[in-house]
Amino acid sequence: MLRFLLRRLLFGLLTLWLITLAVFVLFFLATPGDPALNFAGEFATAEQVAMVSARLGLDQPVYVQYLRYMWSLLHFDLGMSFVNQEEVLATIVRRMPATISLALGSVAVWLVIAIPAGIFSARRSGQAADRLITMAALAGMSFPTFVVGTLLFYVLFFQLTNAGFPIFPSGGFVPITRDPLEWLRHMILPWATLAVVGTGTYTRIARGSMLETLNQDYVRTARAKGLGEQRVMYKHALPPAMTPVMTLVGLDLGGLLGGTIITERIWGLNGVGSLAVQAVESGDLPVIMGTVLIAAFFVVVANLCVDILQAVRDSRVRLG
Amino acid sequence: MSDTTATSRPLAAPVLSTRQRVLRQLLRDKAAMAASAVILLLVLTAVFAPLIVALVGHGPNEQFRDTGLTAGGVPLPPGSLFLLGTDVVGRDLFVRLVVGTQVTVFVAIACALTAIVIGVVVGMLAGYRGGIIDTLLSGFVDVVLGLPLLITAVALVSVYGASFGIMMGTIVFFTWGPVARVVRNLVVATKSGEFVDAARMLGASDTHIMVREILPNIAGQVIVYGSLLIPQVIVLEASLSFLGLGVPPPTATWGGIIAENQTNYAVAWWSILFPSLFLLAATLAFNVLGDGLRDALDPTVQRSR
Repeated sequence: MLRFLLRRLLFGLLTLWLITLAVFVLFFLATPGDPALNFAGEFATAEQVAMVSARLGLDQPVYVQYLRYMWSLLHFDLGMSFVNQEEVLATIVRRMPATISLALGSVAVWLVIAIPAGIFSARRSGQAADRLITMAALAGMSFPTFVVGTLLFYVLFFQLTNAGFPIFPSGGFVPITRDPLEWLRHMILPWATLAVVGTGTYTRIARGSMLETLNQDYVRTARAKGLGEQRVMYKHALPPAMTPVMTLVGLDLGGLLGGTIITERIWGLNGVGSLAVQAVESGDLPVIMGTVLIAAFFVVVANLCVDILQAVRDSRVRLG
Repeated sequence: MSDTTATSRPLAAPVLSTRQRVLRQLLRDKAAMAASAVILLLVLTAVFAPLIVALVGHGPNEQFRDTGLTAGGVPLPPGSLFLLGTDVVGRDLFVRLVVGTQVTVFVAIACALTAIVIGVVVGMLAGYRGGIIDTLLSGFVDVVLGLPLLITAVALVSVYGASFGIMMGTIVFFTWGPVARVVRNLVVATKSGEFVDAARMLGASDTHIMVREILPNIAGQVIVYGSLLIPQVIVLEASLSFLGLGVPPPTATWGGIIAENQTNYAVAWWSILFPSLFLLAATLAFNVLGDGLRDALDPTVQRSR
């Protein structure tokens, strides 16, 4: 087990290192024009550019630049924002509550709908109900997030408010520590926006996995020895069928924690995703790189957690 | 070479019947047929877009400030003069959507094909040869999957400037790796087959084995993956255009049209609804077709029915 953990950890670190290398190449080396100019921002004077160039060591050879970049990364130093002179990491941390609220909430919403729907569908495989759910799931998967967001905004905010029911706000984020009820009121539509695609995808995955498990020999054995249907379903079939679902949840959660650009933008949530867009709009390269790196970090950590959890649950993974 | 083709003839027979079975199954699948009709309609719209635009007589970026807006300057709802209404500057929404179809269909097909060709070539080499290519591929795919797609895409487009080429390059960059991984795994599972050993014993070259023996066996799954990749590409392109980082304006794209009209929902609901419907029709059609193809190609689905 320890060997597996170490190997997996080493592999995760290697991936993370490769990603930092990719970010360095994409945003430092391959950028057209003078990187100092990019870092200094569009409206910098010549002296400012020279100062930035010296501060970042851009007048030095590439390998020195790379070592400096890695050195600061190893010290969790993502540099300074060029727009407000704030530390990039601090800015990102400040933006995390909105992103975490959005990610955890929408995953919870889609799991609560998708898992029962998937199981129901699998148990009625081939029947009309199954076909209906499968089609609905496919439709949900096909909805681009920004279309869902725009339509929800129009119907549930604009039309509903116009009709005299101002139930949902047009956007914005209220921290849960300030007012839990307002937090909930502000999060429902963003959750729904993200959850449509997620619900569609997970219903299909849960259905497929459950169907496969129900066709396994041991489930037939459990039925044959006279166990009740409920017991077969929930004691024997459900736990193994949910393993692939949980694996994906881990990975998707990792991805969502890195920021969800479109949903945050439509609903005016000041999270990491909208930070990335703002940084792009103001040409704030340190923040752009920082958000990419942090998001990648979450994905790699999520990958690691999923693998370790699976290994703890299933010894075959460890040995394989 | 002639004797290898002779030995592959008995193998070719079941392949042909599989194709017939798949086709028959697909033709019976009403949803897949409806989806194919929608896709055909979209492709025809894209191909004949210049003709349709000429027939309507409105330019895609032409602003009809007199006929396309009310006296108060409000966009016109769908009607006889403007089939799907106009936007806030009085442009014909239908014509813009038709031109946008051209962009979507072109980007979807070009990007998906490029990603699949690169993915199949690299994936086959990695799966068949193993070694350094395999290691490099798995490393690359891990990095690509580790990078947050939209954030990185947005950052790349911002650094390198928004243009058609950069957008398509970004989409291909993010999509070919997973294709290569799928192909690689299929090749690894296929290459130990007896028919591969047989071909090798008959002196077939590696290229021959890869192209003539292994590729036909994995083609079905690659086609399914491809048809499911297209809606992803469409959503990615529309999302980038929605964020203002795709095809630069004033070129009409579905995502761009939704973004342009996002603040006009109060006066022109049609300018958001119709592009959304076009987009949804396209992604849903490809997803349904891909689903139908998978069912048709998967023999286990047959048995359970």
